[in-house]
Amino acid sequence: MIGRSPGSLVEAAEAAQRRRRRRAWPPALLVGSALVLVTFLALPVGVLLLRAIQPDAVASLALPVAAEALRLSIVTTLISLAVIIVGGTPLAYLLARYEFRGRAVLDAIVDLPVVLPPVVAGVALLLVFGRRGLLGEPLADAGLTVVFTTAAVVLAQVFVASPFYVRALKVGFAAVPRELESAALTDGADQVQAFLRITVPIAFPSFVEGVVLAWARALGEFGATIVFAGSLAGRTRTLPLAIFAALERDLDAAVALSAVLTAVAAVMFLVVRTVSRGRF
Amino acid sequence: MSIAPSGPPRTSWPGRFRILASILSLAFAGGVLAQPIVVSAASSLTESFEELAEMFEARNEGVRVDLNLAGSSTLAAQIVQGAPVSVFASANEAQMNVVAEAGLIEGDPSVFARNRLVVITPPGSPVRAVDDLADEGVTLVLAGPEVPVGAYARAALSAMDAVYGEGFERGALANVVSEEPNVRLVAAKIELGEADAAIVYATDALAVQGVEAIRIEDEANVLASYPVAVLADGPHPAVAQAFLTWVLSPEAQAVLASYGFEIVD
Repeated sequence: MIGRSPGSLVEAAEAAQRRRRRRAWPPALLVGSALVLVTFLALPVGVLLLRAIQPDAVASLALPVAAEALRLSIVTTLISLAVIIVGGTPLAYLLARYEFRGRAVLDAIVDLPVVLPPVVAGVALLLVFGRRGLLGEPLADAGLTVVFTTAAVVLAQVFVASPFYVRALKVGFAAVPRELESAALTDGADQVQAFLRITVPIAFPSFVEGVVLAWARALGEFGATIVFAGSLAGRTRTLPLAIFAALERDLDAAVALSAVLTAVAAVMFLVVRTVSRGRF
Repeated sequence: MSIAPSGPPRTSWPGRFRILASILSLAFAGGVLAQPIVVSAASSLTESFEELAEMFEARNEGVRVDLNLAGSSTLAAQIVQGAPVSVFASANEAQMNVVAEAGLIEGDPSVFARNRLVVITPPGSPVRAVDDLADEGVTLVLAGPEVPVGAYARAALSAMDAVYGEGFERGALANVVSEEPNVRLVAAKIELGEADAAIVYATDALAVQGVEAIRIEDEANVLASYPVAVLADGPHPAVAQAFLTWVLSPEAQAVLASYGFEIVD
């Protein structure tokens, strides 16, 4: 049905991308200057993990607290991620592929949550979804409260994290050569086939990058959640909130919980990046 | 306590250098030459200590007070981790003890203020009196049990069992929808009208706009003590000592009372 396999076009594009990443040893100066920042980033995290494996810290790690907060964090961030992907993918495509009036405004709206301090984002969400908020008041009249519920945690995460997904995926969509898509169309593919077999595979690395960034931002989310959703174990107290609560009582427990958060994130990053590299 | 800016040198410097030197000494008199002390104070002391610090600076030329405001336990953790702090004013004795046990304070801490608990409610709240707190469907916000005001609030609820009958504490705790990490966030939830009631310090009830305060009877109330101490290795210990003396002076005590604190005789 399709004369030339779109797969071969994708392979050509992928090969070109691989050629750009060289296998040879990088110059010492490049490695040296890169190491400065890597050291700065790795040292605090490394010391945190080292401190967390001291017997004191492990003993003070209240396991039920950690397990409950971790479970809530994983469940809420995965729901948030699903919402972000469903809503963010069309938005990213629209921004990358169409020229229209008000595109700059739309771009700015997507970027704004990144600059807003999270606590302010929480207040803004309250002004919309709070009991006296723009939408919260009619919702409350209908017997639906959002504040102090797990749904509020998800809304806070979606608000702060979705710009990272849309940004990354937009770059991915913009990088797909239009000639490849038109070639597939002339070869008899329909719009959907061209999208699924040309656009999606080429934009896939950006999709993975967007997912990782948005998920990480959602996992670490604190300020908007504490203001908008409050902090109650099992319902709204995610791992970062549990860390902050533990900090009030015991630094070692807070360090141990932070290590759990760091380890979960690190494992997730490695798995997602390794799996996605083998994917195409 | 005053540090005079060093005048133009009397040596045989060319005139233009003397002018430059005097300009520089004037420019830096308020900055480099000032003696900045760092005062770490509990969040509930925010407004009162801002005023006390300003008055202290006005009375002592060349002295500057840098306020570091956060929850007492965060402040204690900062000090134990080596933060350069001159004076520590804690919202409870437990966190002062953390610092004292690490051998970091000079002399003994002095209690400079006390604070009572009150119930605050937004306009139109179903909570009209303390005994409404355990009613079904009421939403109550407290600070977490690890925060001083959260621990005090739980002690008060427990004491209310004796006043309002068995099961009151259990009923009220079942109404808790959020355990906030500090008292300002607790008060903010009521200020924004998101919950029906909260238990905070009397001083917070005065600081927050548009909320109603309900008195908690003495037999169920808890009196929080605020200790202050000079730190052993902090910047400018002499100035720090002067600040501590100032906080305990009748004039400073009057300022604290105006913010809702009970002063210490």
